[in-house]
Amino acid sequence: MSGEPTEPGALATTTGAGVTPGTTAWAAVALADDALVLSHRLGEWVGHAPALEEEVALANIALDLLGQARFLYSLAGDEDELAYLREERAFRNAQLVERPNGDFASTIVRQLFFSTYQELLYQELAAAEPAGELGALAAKAVKEVAYHRDHATQWTLRLGDGTPESHRRTQEALDGLWRYTGELFDPLEGLAIRTDTLRQPWLASVTEVVTRATLTMPEGTERISWAAGGGRQGVHTEPFGRMLAEMQHLHRAHPGASW
Amino acid sequence: MSGDWPLWEVFVRSRRGLSHSHAGSLHAPDAQMALRNARDLFTRRGEGVSIWVVPAAAITASSPDEKDPFFEPAADKVYRHPTFYEIPEGVQHL
Repeated sequence: MSGEPTEPGALATTTGAGVTPGTTAWAAVALADDALVLSHRLGEWVGHAPALEEEVALANIALDLLGQARFLYSLAGDEDELAYLREERAFRNAQLVERPNGDFASTIVRQLFFSTYQELLYQELAAAEPAGELGALAAKAVKEVAYHRDHATQWTLRLGDGTPESHRRTQEALDGLWRYTGELFDPLEGLAIRTDTLRQPWLASVTEVVTRATLTMPEGTERISWAAGGGRQGVHTEPFGRMLAEMQHLHRAHPGASW
Repeated sequence: MSGDWPLWEVFVRSRRGLSHSHAGSLHAPDAQMALRNARDLFTRRGEGVSIWVVPAAAITASSPDEKDPFFEPAADKVYRHPTFYEIPEGVQHL
């Protein structure tokens, strides 16, 4: 955590912090952005969750993700600069994780989609040869993520197979978030593994949970309709800018502030 | 919402060889979720290797009103303590 403020805007490029495309650091920043952004979204539930117990559960998941993000950023540069001083276009998180929390069903479905993907990704990274620093993180974090997936699975089953209202909301969340799932399996430069091969096991795993929850797998495209690229290219959905402003404003107003 | 959820008592075994101890209570819609909530609430600093959850309604507890008939008669029965025996030499763990 450096106390040295960086000139605002200095990192306002799509590369960000001088990380070179194609390197491990390049991939690490994208994965870190996924973890940080979802961590922040989950953190937004604190004080608003439907039950105190669930609030702690969501905050625990958020903190796990924050820990992963910190390690991944440290492979590429200064954590604070990367998290707080990059502009929207320099973030390369998948759009799925920046989607607003919506209702509880929406948060849970987003988590099911993402954690299922992240668990498969980390399993592959941990098994890759040579494992490297990403592999070391993945081997450790995969147990955390397995719990995140289980938490989302348990809730999907209960919401889908719960009341007509919870069923309807969960089905809406599935249908609404589906178009953001395709991007997860796009190639990510600098990664030692292929991400497109994760889609089949991901689909099998998600389908099993959704079916067991008496819900229906979405049938539409798993892609956003416009072709400008996705989060991995620095193209984000509209709510992301507002989220980033809230996440970054303290550090930008008081550079180097610490607890 | 948690007001509708039943109360569960949580027992955590801190390490192998010890018995489960009461750690606290929480609300959860069912047993599986209670286990998970217990994991998040009571073992996040590495406190446990095993968790039990029990519906609080399934526990029958002694009442404070019964305290005297229940517990006081034991107070003056010193002969129930094994203090009237000679401990043989060589016994270390009695």
